[in-house]
Order: sequence, then structure tokens, then C-alpha cells
Amino acid sequence: MIDVKNLCKSFGDHEVLKDISEHIHPGEKVVIIGPSGSGKSTFLRCLNLLENPTSGIISFEGVDITDPKTDINKMRQRMGMVFQHFNLFPNLTIRKNITLAPVQTGLMKQAEADEEAVRLLKLVDLSDKIDAYPGQLSGGQKQRIAIVRALAMKPKVMLFDEPTSALDPEMVGEVLDVMKRLAENGMTMVVVTHEMGFAREVGDRVLFMADGVIVEQNTPAELFSNPQMERTKNFLAKVL
Amino acid sequence: MEQLYITWKAIAVGGGDLTFYQTFFVKFYQAFIESDRWLQYLIGVRTTLLVTALALVLGIFLGLVVALIRTAHDQQRPGQKNPILWFLNFLCKVYVTVIRGTPMMVQLLIMSFVVFSSSRAFTMVGTLTLGINSGAYVAEIIRGGLMSVDKGQMEAGRSLGLSYGTTMRFIIIPQAVKAILPALGNEFIILLKDTSLITVIGGKELLYAAQGVYNRTYEQMFPLLGIACIYLLLVFILSWLLGILERRLRQGDRR
Repeated sequence: MIDVKNLCKSFGDHEVLKDISEHIHPGEKVVIIGPSGSGKSTFLRCLNLLENPTSGIISFEGVDITDPKTDINKMRQRMGMVFQHFNLFPNLTIRKNITLAPVQTGLMKQAEADEEAVRLLKLVDLSDKIDAYPGQLSGGQKQRIAIVRALAMKPKVMLFDEPTSALDPEMVGEVLDVMKRLAENGMTMVVVTHEMGFAREVGDRVLFMADGVIVEQNTPAELFSNPQMERTKNFLAKVL
Repeated sequence: MEQLYITWKAIAVGGGDLTFYQTFFVKFYQAFIESDRWLQYLIGVRTTLLVTALALVLGIFLGLVVALIRTAHDQQRPGQKNPILWFLNFLCKVYVTVIRGTPMMVQLLIMSFVVFSSSRAFTMVGTLTLGINSGAYVAEIIRGGLMSVDKGQMEAGRSLGLSYGTTMRFIIIPQAVKAILPALGNEFIILLKDTSLITVIGGKELLYAAQGVYNRTYEQMFPLLGIACIYLLLVFILSWLLGILERRLRQGDRR
């Protein structure tokens, strides 16, 4: 579904991603772990071109999205993204946060989008917040709304960039629950996270990244119980 | 009252002594009431307000356009430089540099005696100059506001598939406006007072009215203090209106 070929990304002289090739299959749940500064967030942000690759090709459903002629807005409409800091729009109500994109991109009429917002909010148990502003919600609630906002575009794949890292510990569970349910329903997901429990439970495949390369990848069971590389062992020894 | 004025003035002109109150009355009457002079001030106020309003609209329009061009240029994805945008950005930078780098008075004189040397519409030339001048400052205020909005907001908008323009319109600009309102209000107050400068090229606003009066009466204090009070009152009203607007915008986010 997403194909990455020889992806390199530098910020000035600093090489963040070094020649990464990877493929994400439909329905797959890929979890990316690794120490901070390893390039995992940058890798994820390259997948929908929030970061522009220095070189390499990324294609989504067979279309090269790194080609300047590709309409990147059309591509992003089918790739949902959830951020570490939620990035809800504070000037809009929850309803507007959710329906703005579907209506403005012509995917739905306002009435249709409103119905969809009501339906999705019920799924994350936040129906009563539809007319609230983001400032009135807790972190966990904001992140669940952010997931709903991305889902309202009916994306083919969901990218999660450390979705629980900015949350108070007691709110992590509610967000992970929503993500688990999403996984059970067959959504293709790429998740950058420090939640090893989530990686083990939900991931089909875990990528361990360090220093701009994918050091090792395997099924979660294998990677966590039987890491092959020294770097991976080091990291896991510290976080598990 | 008119009779009183005539009597006391005759005494003063004849070298006689008047009490403080009598002198005050004569000068006040002379500055504001004699030959319906208050009408001149009123016409002056009307022109001042009209000039301010027109210059304001022009300034906001120019400022918004310049700020959007400069922000769009700075936010381009690296490796995708648009030559048209580069050129527009260059023009905007020249505009801001030249306007902010030269005195307003000099700009007025250049516009009046060089650019529009054959025009007799002094007030309109003055309005145009004020608008162009204000635009450069407003542009930088708006640009600062746009830049102050968290980068994640643009990323969130774009990640949903919204275009740059749509994200700007619904997400970034509304948040920027709230942030810059105090600075913008400050700029409007400066603009209102700067309208007095157009007198030097023959614009007929409030200061012009005062000058017209004291050139007849040879008594400067009362007309000048009078219009100072009027400017103060106008700025007071403007600040009050801006305060209401600010409160209303803050209500919008109920945080």
C-alpha cells in the first residue's frame, strides 16, 4: 500500500534518514520503536510528505507522491494522521474540527458530515462534547477527537506519531483502547510509539530504528523475546 | 452672549483690563463660536474620520496581501521554489523597506509634489499616502501574527488533505487575528492621529480647520487645545470600540 524506496532525509548537514526502503501492506499494523533522535518520527512524517524527502521515492497505492506533479492534497485525504500534541483547531468546535475537512474537500455535504461526526463520536464515547471547544477537553479526550477527525476523511491508512507521549499516564489507556479497536476493524496503521505493550499486542510487525536506519524488524513476539542485533538488545534492556 | 463678546473685546482692543474669566470668554468665543467657526471644526472631524476609515481599509487590504505573500513564500516546501512567488515576495520586501525606512512627512510631500503634482485633490492624495504607509506596518503585524500560530496547526490542516489556502482561511488567519488585535489597534490609533499630517499638503482635516481659525484671529492657544481635546476624544472612542471587539473575539473560544 505504501512503498518506500531509498528514502534519505537530511536537515542541513544532519542526516536523519539513511537510505530506507520499506513496504507497508494493506491491513498491516506496523509499529516503529527506537530511541529518540533515531528518525522514526521523521520517517512517519515523510510518508504523507509533511517532511520532504531529500531523495528517494514514496508511493501510495501505486502513485509516486514525491513527484511534484502529484496532487499531494488528494493523497493526504486518504492518509489520516494523529500527532503527539493533538493539534486540534482551538478556534473551532469539536463538530467543526471533525467536519471541516470532509466538507471543504467536497467529500461530504455538511449534513452528511455532521451525521458522520455524531456516529464517530459515539464510538469514542464523546458524544456530549460535540459543541465544546478543544480548550475544554482533557488530553486523552483531545487525542480521541483527533483520531475521529482523521477518521472522518475515511482514510485508507492511519499514521500515528507518538499519540500517547504527551498524555498524563492515566489517559494513555483510553487512547490506546481506541487504537486497538481501530486495528481490530482492519485499518492499516503505522504507529510510532514508546508503548511496548501496545506494540506487542497490536503490531503485526515491529521495526526498530536507530541512527536513521531500520536496524531490525520482526513480529513483536520474536523481536521482543529474541532480538538479534546488539543495538536492539541494548534498547530493549532499557525500556522493558 | 454675542453682545457681551463685542463689549469685552472692544475693551481689550482699547487697552483696557479684563478679568481672567472675561479674557477666557472672549478667546473661547472667538475660537469656536464667532462666525459659526465650530462648523469648520465639525467639517474637519468628518474629514479626519473619513480619511482614517479609507486609509484603514487600504492599509488592512495592502497589509493582508503583503503578509500572505511573504508568509506563503517563506513556507514553501524546500526544493519547490515558485519564481512568481519569489518575485512578488521581492516586491513586498522592497515596499516594506522603503515605506518603513522613510519619514511619513517626506512620503506625503513626495506624493503631493512629485507623483501627483498636477492633482488638486489634496485630501485624497493624503489618504492614499496614509493607506500605503499604514499597509507596510500592518503587513508586518499580520505576518507576525501568522507566524505566531503553532506550526502543528498548519500540519494538522494539511494532513487532512486541506489546501494551503483553505487551512490559512479557516485555521491560521482566525487564530492570528485574535493574537494581533492589540497591536493592530495601536496601529489604527497612530493612523488616526497621523491624519493631521496631511495638512502640510493642503488636506482639509481637523488641524487645517484650527489653522484656518487662528490665521484669522491670531490667537493659537484655544483652537490648538480644542482640537487636541477632539483628537483625544476620538482616540478614546476608538480604543473603547477595539476593547469591545477584543472581548467579543475572546468569548468565541470560551477557554
